[in-house]
Amino acid sequence: MVEDGGSDSRALVRLDEGHHVGTGGLPAEFQNPGLPEHVHRLADETPAAGKRAERQVATLFGVSMLATVAFLVAYFAIDYTVDVFVPGIGTTNLLHLVLGVTMAVSLLGIGFGAVHWAKAIMPDEEIVEERHLQRSSDATRKKAADLILGGGEMAQLGRRPLLKYSLGGALGLFALPFVVQVAGSLGNPTEVSELAETLWDIPKNPDGSPGAPIRLMRDPELTPIKASDVTIGSVFHVMPETLKESTHVLEDKAKAAVILMRLDPSQFAADERGRKTQDWGYQGIIAYSKVCTHVGCSVGLYEQQTHHLLCPCHQSTFDATRDMDVIFGPAKRPLPQLKITVDASGYLVATQGFTEPVGPSFWERNEFVNE
Amino acid sequence: MSSSTNERVNPRSAEALREHDEVSESAPSGGMKASGGIAGWLDDRTGGAGFVAFLLKKVFPDHWTFMLGEIAMYSLIICLLTGVFLTFWFVPSAGQVVYDGSYLPLQGITVSEAYRSTVDISFDVRGGLLIRQIHHWAALLFIVAITVHMLRVFFTGAFRKPREINWVIGTILSMLALIEGFAGYSLPDDLLSGAGLRAAEGFMQSIPIVGSYIAYIAFGGPFPGETIIPVLFSVHILLLPAILVGLFTAHIVLVFVHKHTQYPGPGRTNMNVVGYPFMPVYIAKAGGFFFLVFGVVALIAALVTINPIWAYGPYDPSPITAGSQPDWYMGFADGALRLLPGFLEFDALGRTWSFNVFLGAIALIPVLFTIQGVYPFLEKWITGDNREHHLLDRPRNAPVRTGLGVMAVSFYLILFIAAGNDIIAIKLHLSINDITNILRLSIFVVPPLAFWITKRICLSLQRHDRDTVLHGRESGTIIRTAEGRFFEKHEPLDGYERWPLVQQEVPEPLVLGSQTDANGVAAKHARSERIRARLSHFYFKDRVAPVTPPELAAAHAHGEHEAITPPPETSISVEGPPETQGLASPTSEREVVKRAPEKDL
Repeated sequence: MVEDGGSDSRALVRLDEGHHVGTGGLPAEFQNPGLPEHVHRLADETPAAGKRAERQVATLFGVSMLATVAFLVAYFAIDYTVDVFVPGIGTTNLLHLVLGVTMAVSLLGIGFGAVHWAKAIMPDEEIVEERHLQRSSDATRKKAADLILGGGEMAQLGRRPLLKYSLGGALGLFALPFVVQVAGSLGNPTEVSELAETLWDIPKNPDGSPGAPIRLMRDPELTPIKASDVTIGSVFHVMPETLKESTHVLEDKAKAAVILMRLDPSQFAADERGRKTQDWGYQGIIAYSKVCTHVGCSVGLYEQQTHHLLCPCHQSTFDATRDMDVIFGPAKRPLPQLKITVDASGYLVATQGFTEPVGPSFWERNEFVNE
Repeated sequence: MSSSTNERVNPRSAEALREHDEVSESAPSGGMKASGGIAGWLDDRTGGAGFVAFLLKKVFPDHWTFMLGEIAMYSLIICLLTGVFLTFWFVPSAGQVVYDGSYLPLQGITVSEAYRSTVDISFDVRGGLLIRQIHHWAALLFIVAITVHMLRVFFTGAFRKPREINWVIGTILSMLALIEGFAGYSLPDDLLSGAGLRAAEGFMQSIPIVGSYIAYIAFGGPFPGETIIPVLFSVHILLLPAILVGLFTAHIVLVFVHKHTQYPGPGRTNMNVVGYPFMPVYIAKAGGFFFLVFGVVALIAALVTINPIWAYGPYDPSPITAGSQPDWYMGFADGALRLLPGFLEFDALGRTWSFNVFLGAIALIPVLFTIQGVYPFLEKWITGDNREHHLLDRPRNAPVRTGLGVMAVSFYLILFIAAGNDIIAIKLHLSINDITNILRLSIFVVPPLAFWITKRICLSLQRHDRDTVLHGRESGTIIRTAEGRFFEKHEPLDGYERWPLVQQEVPEPLVLGSQTDANGVAAKHARSERIRARLSHFYFKDRVAPVTPPELAAAHAHGEHEAITPPPETSISVEGPPETQGLASPTSEREVVKRAPEKDL
């Protein structure tokens, strides 16, 4: 091992010299011994072996042809609704299986045949090709440079800067309409406030007073939920009653999804946040947005024993006893709570919309938080 | 034309214009009688014979690692072929319809047209499922092959001059391949890919300032909207494939222009390429290999189900499946999202900054690929090496580069493992919180450790090479001397075996020039030069020189070994012509130096 700055003959090289140019300074080293002598294959020297290789290649091509024919026959002959059981794989569609295997054999036959041909019969003596520097000769470079500069001169680029700059401006602006058209026509970027609106927002009556509370409905049956239906430990996936009239079902569902669960009142945390959770609920029944505040997956995994909600996408974990506080994972904010109570018929209703945007954070989010 | 020109010979008359035309007789050469007609016809019109000759006599070196890029190329072709097939039946629309096809569990359910057509391809188009699965498996293989090919190129230093452009093209290709894959698996509009798109909207929203607008533009309004499927379809089947095919063509053209790199070995120099000609050997081998790759993919597609969207169900924003994960190549970004802690999101200046999402979902991929893309330029600056390199490095002979590469791989793998933290927790009965926290720590600790260990292993392997050259390889034969001493007989290497172990260069660190100028005033080195000297020191301070003939002679002089066979006197077939001085030619440089007498010769 040569230690750094060792006292051997290899003096360190200065930056401005580069340490690879030049021929001196290197000690005697081994020489490239050149190509080893070529060893002929059996098939080159014994005609029988050559003939055998030929037969093997032809057989492989033949197998390919047979497989192709089998593919065509299977395509027409096999009923595409028939399933078969294959050990190790399970139940699978028969036509799919036969087509796939025959296609594979047909392709592999050609592949193995060609490669075997190349290896056993085609010349196996290595050939040496010389390399040359990639760069062009100085004369060629000069010619190209002259043409470029000469062309620019002929076009009078240098003498008439006005042309240069006006062309640059025109070409620069020319791309804008395409960008604007694509961006402007795909989506309307002025409607960011929609990110903060959900179907839970109580519509206003014509006189400006808040409208009727919105019932919580089971998803996907859209039937109302009685408070007495919600037993301790149970979980409901909930949509607003107004989803029935929605014209954009998926868009509205994506923001309005709510998860409903009932805890024993003694299970809520004893601090202020635990009390808020309880106050916004009804007899231990609490409703929260199901859209993860991380990147928007459905927070669908409820752990009954620990009262944790877990997002299956990135494992953010929320504590239901303490206002869905984030106790683990990449999410920052708790899930927004939906304030609920019961109506005269005993059905669960939401008396106000979410007080903050649901789902992942976005730049303008703070504008839409009402506390 | 006026009639007055009729009296004298019109210089622009048809006859006058044809006066000097040469009539070429097509005369196919004897060996090309059969095809000479067509080939001659084509060459008369294109002059392509010279190009064909250039192409067909190209020499390619043989090595299994050179097939990795080929696998990527063939997977891309398979994707293109099967993709065209799929477009015949796939309907890129989010319009809602009621499914009434032959898959019973879904009958009567409202689904999107994209979903219904994908289920139809799987169950009602004969062979449709096979083509769909070939398409998906080939796409996965494409990105595996690109990745492993990239690692091969990196660890052997094949990215060095003159191939930096091709390295950058390859980097862009691999990044676009990820996006192309993501766009593709999002198209069927099933529950899994829909959750992926939902997350993608969250990713876009995390971009500071313009995030909400970008999400709105991409989805044409609120998520999911009806725009994203047709837009992704155009991107997936037209825009990105066009760019991929264009870049990939440039990639291949440059391989032909540069000629392929080769591993060091007897007869191989930096100024030649030793291998087999394109016609016929490589046409048969590479062409045959295409069918082998296609055949293996077809076999996998026939036997192993992938992306059973009929089992996932159509997209609905409310339900979700446990263990939701993207295709493997997006795993590292998903893992980064799982590891980034929530406190990286904060409010400042009245705005929300979601760096817990932005860093992993938006910034990570371009940053990693940029680092990858600039590495050759960085290494060239550090080594100060401006020569062309066509002989590959054995990874052990570039310990710092190899260490850095393994460091990057370990970083990637930790993110990749993190993407499966839930699966690991379930299968191994561990706490997901512990796994995540350990991985959060590992991302800082493991990569530097991986660098250090790899570098030491490389140096040890180099010493092992020295040992092998000096003392031969272990033969397994134990010899007992007359005095009763035992030792193992070592077989000496012959010249051909020895050459790959002794051919490498051992670069030394660059150092700053003199510290004072001619007047004795302290010279001011630019800050960048000081950094460069320090980095060069970091790269080359630890090094193992290959065995020199005097050393070998000295080892044999100890008398413990059998006489070694002299290396054959065959000289390398190609000497560097004078204009190749820019090529790295250790051999020709070394030959100038007077060699020390070798006692054993």
